[in-house]
Amino acid sequence: MARGRITAVRPVVVKKAWPSLMVAALLIALWWILVVESHSVIFPTPWQVLTGMWELVKDGSIWDHIGASLFRVGTGFALAVAFAIPLGLWMGWVQGAYATLNPIFQMLRPISPIAWIPLAILWFGVGNQSPIFLIFISSVFPMIVQTIAGVHTIERRYLRAAENFGVSRYTLFKQVVIPAVLPHIIVGMRIGLGVAWLVVVAAEMIALRSGLGYLIIDSRNAGNRYDLVIAGMIIIGLIGLMLDRAMRLLEGHKLVRWRYAR
Amino acid sequence: MPAKIIVKDIRKSYTSDRGPLPVVAGVSFEIGDGELVAVVGPSGCGKSTLMSIIAGFDRPDSGSVSIDGAERTKPSKKGILISQHGSVFPWLNVQQNLMFGLNGHTHGDKEGLADHYAAMVGLKGFETNYPHELSGGMLKRAELARALVVKPEILYMDEPFSALDALMNLRMRNELLRVLGEERHTVLLITHDVEEAIHLADRVLVLSACPARIQATFEVSIPHPRKLSSPEVQNLREAILRELGVYTE
Repeated sequence: MARGRITAVRPVVVKKAWPSLMVAALLIALWWILVVESHSVIFPTPWQVLTGMWELVKDGSIWDHIGASLFRVGTGFALAVAFAIPLGLWMGWVQGAYATLNPIFQMLRPISPIAWIPLAILWFGVGNQSPIFLIFISSVFPMIVQTIAGVHTIERRYLRAAENFGVSRYTLFKQVVIPAVLPHIIVGMRIGLGVAWLVVVAAEMIALRSGLGYLIIDSRNAGNRYDLVIAGMIIIGLIGLMLDRAMRLLEGHKLVRWRYAR
Repeated sequence: MPAKIIVKDIRKSYTSDRGPLPVVAGVSFEIGDGELVAVVGPSGCGKSTLMSIIAGFDRPDSGSVSIDGAERTKPSKKGILISQHGSVFPWLNVQQNLMFGLNGHTHGDKEGLADHYAAMVGLKGFETNYPHELSGGMLKRAELARALVVKPEILYMDEPFSALDALMNLRMRNELLRVLGEERHTVLLITHDVEEAIHLADRVLVLSACPARIQATFEVSIPHPRKLSSPEVQNLREAILRELGVYTE
């Protein structure tokens, strides 16, 4: 797999992105034509969306919304990482812990984070804590599951070698278990961060006074500003893409490159 | 020669749908200190199970293994297992792999020791390379060096070179003999390659088909370096193959 290698040079990147850019341009053109042809009064043209976005940039409010959303995702996600990785390692390593806790997590996992919103409001009010809690809930399970899977799929020959050399428990974890699981943890983090970004927008639509989700709902409520609604959606998409790219950079780190080589 | 390893009447069965399936049925032999003993046998017949038991990873149903007179119940640094698929850690570079077994503070200059053995197996200049950057032969060298670094008394080699191509296989055998010339270890080699066994071993034990027992023993008294095309080697090879039920004429 060549995925995760970051040796690609610029012209190659541009060449690869070319078809997607073409399709995007076509879609925008189609959108524009449809809006003009249908004489819609509410639905904005791409140009209106662009000027709407510029308005947000000019008065600076866009940065506050992005900052608020990123802060919530960052905090909730960091808490989830700090919780999920040690727990996943423990559950993966200790059979009893797995047998006891896994059924509970499997039951909690399919509950949509959106379903937790009423409880979040009840417990944490409508401040920053609610969305942080929802992000924690949404990203913690995929990371636990991936970490456990990582421990369970460590090849026996490596564990045997460690046993053969009679290394301490500390060395076993530091030099065998954790490096072996790390690629799985990174996959879990990518999934977790993706879900977190989905959820923060949904959570902000309901309760708060800032953030990209709030921007969308508020733009609609305050005078049907659909240009701003779509501008918000596009910004959410672009930031989500950047977050995923950033996580992918981790896959190129030398500690996990072995997983993708060959 | 005093006995280093004593294997006494090892038996092992696995449970299958149709009751217990015996794979090792009463294997006994001794290996002298510094001796290189090869075990050959048909594929899929208890060879690896036998090795697992002798190296301490598996317990026999009955019988015992003693090393230097003490019963072996679990693996130890005294005897390092090198297996077909290898266990060089892909996330550590060559030097880190070689230093893996050097825990504690009793080894002094760990890097120096690792580099010494890297050089001994011909990996000088590759210390900072990761396994995925090495060829199959180089990986084997790294694995051998990682075992040698901890100064084991015994090397357990389970089909060590059978994943390599024929040329590299031959090269690694010569390499192993050269290394053993520099540092004598007791070696138990398991292989299905009769020629490899004759090339390397002082003694060849032939295992029967399932369940495994020792069917015949051949002393290999041909002095090193052994010429594989010599009539002595060819005759011995034919005799062993005949024992395995393969006729070359």
